Amino acid sequence: MKETVSARVIADSAEISRMVVRMAHQILEANAGAEDLVLLGIPTRGVPLAQRLASELGRIEGSPVRQGSLDVTMYRDDLRRNPTRPAGRSQVPGSVEAAVVVLVDDVLFSGRTVVAALDALRDLGRPRSVQLAVLVDRGHRELPIAADYTGKVVQTAADEHVWVKVKEIDTEDEVAISREAQR
Amino acid sequence: MKHLLSAGDLSLDEANSILDLADQMQQVQHREVKKLPVLRGRTIVNVFFEDSTRTRTSFEIAGKWLSADTINVSAKGSSVSKGESLRDTMLTLDSMGVDAFVIRHSSSGAAHQVANWVKASVVNAGDGQHEHPTQALLDAMAIRQHFRKLGRDSWAGLRVGIVGDLLHSRVVRSNVLLLRTLGCEVVLVAPPTLLPTGVETWGVEVTSDLDQVIENLDIAMMLRVQRERMSGGFFPTEREYADGFGLTLERLHRLKPQAAICHPGPMNRGMEISSDAADAANSLVLNQVAAGVAVRMSVLYHVLGGSTEGIPL
Amino acid sequence: MTDILITGAKTVEGITGDLLIRDGIFIDPAAVTSKVQRIDADGLIALPGLVDLHTHLRQPGREDAETIASGTAAAARGGFTCVHAMANTTPVTDTAEAAEWIAEVGRNQGLAQVVPVGAVTKGLDGAELAELGMMARSKANVRVFSDDGKCVADSMLMRRALSYVSSFGGVVAQHSQDPRLAGESACCHESDFSGRLGLPGWPSQAESVIVARDVQLAELTNSRLHVCHVSTAESVDVIRWAKARGIQVSAEVTPHHLLLDTSLVSGYDTVYKVNPPLRTDEHLAAVREALVDGTIDIVATDHAPHAPQDKDHPFDVALSGMLGLEQALAVIIEVMIKTGRLDWAGVAQRMSYAPARIGQVAGQGRPIAVGEPANLVLIDPSARAVVHKDSSASRSRNNPYHGQELPNPVVTTIWAGRVTYSL
Repeated sequence: MKETVSARVIADSAEISRMVVRMAHQILEANAGAEDLVLLGIPTRGVPLAQRLASELGRIEGSPVRQGSLDVTMYRDDLRRNPTRPAGRSQVPGSVEAAVVVLVDDVLFSGRTVVAALDALRDLGRPRSVQLAVLVDRGHRELPIAADYTGKVVQTAADEHVWVKVKEIDTEDEVAISREAQR
Repeated sequence: MKHLLSAGDLSLDEANSILDLADQMQQVQHREVKKLPVLRGRTIVNVFFEDSTRTRTSFEIAGKWLSADTINVSAKGSSVSKGESLRDTMLTLDSMGVDAFVIRHSSSGAAHQVANWVKASVVNAGDGQHEHPTQALLDAMAIRQHFRKLGRDSWAGLRVGIVGDLLHSRVVRSNVLLLRTLGCEVVLVAPPTLLPTGVETWGVEVTSDLDQVIENLDIAMMLRVQRERMSGGFFPTEREYADGFGLTLERLHRLKPQAAICHPGPMNRGMEISSDAADAANSLVLNQVAAGVAVRMSVLYHVLGGSTEGIPL
Repeated sequence: MTDILITGAKTVEGITGDLLIRDGIFIDPAAVTSKVQRIDADGLIALPGLVDLHTHLRQPGREDAETIASGTAAAARGGFTCVHAMANTTPVTDTAEAAEWIAEVGRNQGLAQVVPVGAVTKGLDGAELAELGMMARSKANVRVFSDDGKCVADSMLMRRALSYVSSFGGVVAQHSQDPRLAGESACCHESDFSGRLGLPGWPSQAESVIVARDVQLAELTNSRLHVCHVSTAESVDVIRWAKARGIQVSAEVTPHHLLLDTSLVSGYDTVYKVNPPLRTDEHLAAVREALVDGTIDIVATDHAPHAPQDKDHPFDVALSGMLGLEQALAVIIEVMIKTGRLDWAGVAQRMSYAPARIGQVAGQGRPIAVGEPANLVLIDPSARAVVHKDSSASRSRNNPYHGQELPNPVVTTIWAGRVTYSL
């Protein structure tokens, strides 16, 4: 892990928690309840975020909400630009047929990951609707994609990096911006 | 990973990566849409200089489910009988812009030679009496799934007995290499006439007495014994072979209760494996076949899934 | 022909002085005239022209792989002034006419003397004797008979062949390979190595059991046996035993069996496929020692050119054989001279005098002395170079030494007073 002087923290643990709670409420409001909801996190950091959202939804509604993961590696359009990448795990609870699927990711940037996720989802079945929840929207879209639920919108330069850390993976919760690659 | 020629080329990380992805790929097998777009636009040519419907079909399905264009060339006897060299045959196909060759050949080393000649990636689908790395991987996948279901997550301490015609087997070399990389104990069992020269240098236990080791095996991997071998003087009769080296009902009862039974097929029931053993609850024979497609999808992804050096982006 | 005056060369006997050649004969240097071609050989060693008892020239039949002209050009580049053309051509050299034709083409087109070897059996079929007597009495004067490439496996037929040639002083040169222990597909020295590579094994005993049989048949028939390309420690032991017993047996070893080992096969490169196969260190050590102590009499190249379309096959299918003429002396210097195992006189013995004696070739394998035929090779013992397969007079490129740095000794070759190669 490389520490960078230029890293700037834009959200701490408490703020991330507040964002998750807020998004959970927005999801319930938009869908008039949690029935038929399936939350699918996009690996890597979308998965624990989906878990947190699901448990928050479950807490509010008093009944568990289905959640899982959807790996999109095989559907990426940039595979051939990189060395072979290891695929993550897909774990879809039950069928997505006629469900309301909420895709969950940490950062929304170009939109390409989301398109890959939509393609992946299409091969699994036909949900009634698909929505998108992201912790951070950092702009610079390359495709016509927009989030339905956003934790925070952040103005960034194209060459900046936005890092979401979650304690399930990175031992702490934090959103930071830096000029250099880290992790 | 540019080629997969030998199971011995795989590091522990690479082997695990292939097996892990294969587990993922197996989910695709149970979906309605059995297709991933990952190798869209890639061309895979299965060049089989030796018939093997099972392996060829498995590779073909694997390629198709990854959205690659998969073409089968049955090269058995065709151009070879016209006197065209292996090199010319492969260079001709290579010039057509193929991304990967899956090669099956009755001669040991053929896949290695081809990898030295062509620009495309090469996956060894069995070369002579040498290796069959994807068979070893699918065996490992089936075995791993079997023991995970029983709550056992580590290879350490698992004892695999590989029994049969080890001399002419391409499966045994790949399995020994892979299982040792994964951390298993391997014991090879065969009559002395069917042991490869120098097998004592492979770092595994070797014996000609199956009964002495049968009770300690976690996996009994029975290899096919071709009846033609009798005329070669490798063993006297089918009966004597089954008596000494077959997985008979008696030996089946002496196996540990959770031990897995494997056979790469096609089986000679009554010879190296009794029907009781082949159809036993802990027989993985069909799991092996099912694992075949998933493992080959994973291998093709590992070979073709990333960027290719030399191709401008 | 202009006279040739070679100055400053040192002979294997250690004599440094001028050598004058006129009409293909060494004459007294005092007879030098002004019309002479001078060769400055200061610092060079003069060896008697090398004689190869085992060469495949491929003509007639496979002129795409080698011809008598290209093969003898390669011989000249390697310092040879005489080669024995093996009988496994198409058609097989199994008649007087076939043998005479080869000798004739050699005389007209060769850059070295070409001595035909006659087949032991018709068509190399191992079934019936070829016309051994007629070949011997022909103008080709055949004395060496061999089915090389195939073993005369039938014990009774081998006995008859040995017996038959004894009447005219012939010698049977056997390719020792028990066809059951090492069959058609056998292609890799049987060892843990062949086991790992999955290549059909060629056990060393497949050679030595035939050698053991043949030396006893030579004793039984009171005839002469020559053992081709000895490659194993076991064969060496058998030949040593036979020689101690007084059996008339001679033996050869190839440069590649002295230098190259079986590990080269690991990449399945068919350039390294040869029959008998490359062996392991213990066998290399045994044949080197045997070449020193005289158990193995001579070095013979088994120069075996092959076209790419015969080599670019799977390992067990590709044809066996590798080039040898051009690098033979280089290998011997590397393995035997530089290590102190042999001196230059020892090399002259094993690569010139003895092979000419076994092949009964008059005018070859003679010392460099006044009155003797002018066959010699001038060598620079210290020159070295990286071998490149394309730098060759052979029509083929199956050179196992490609890319290796080896001695590059041959400066000039003179056959019967004529310069056949000059660096």
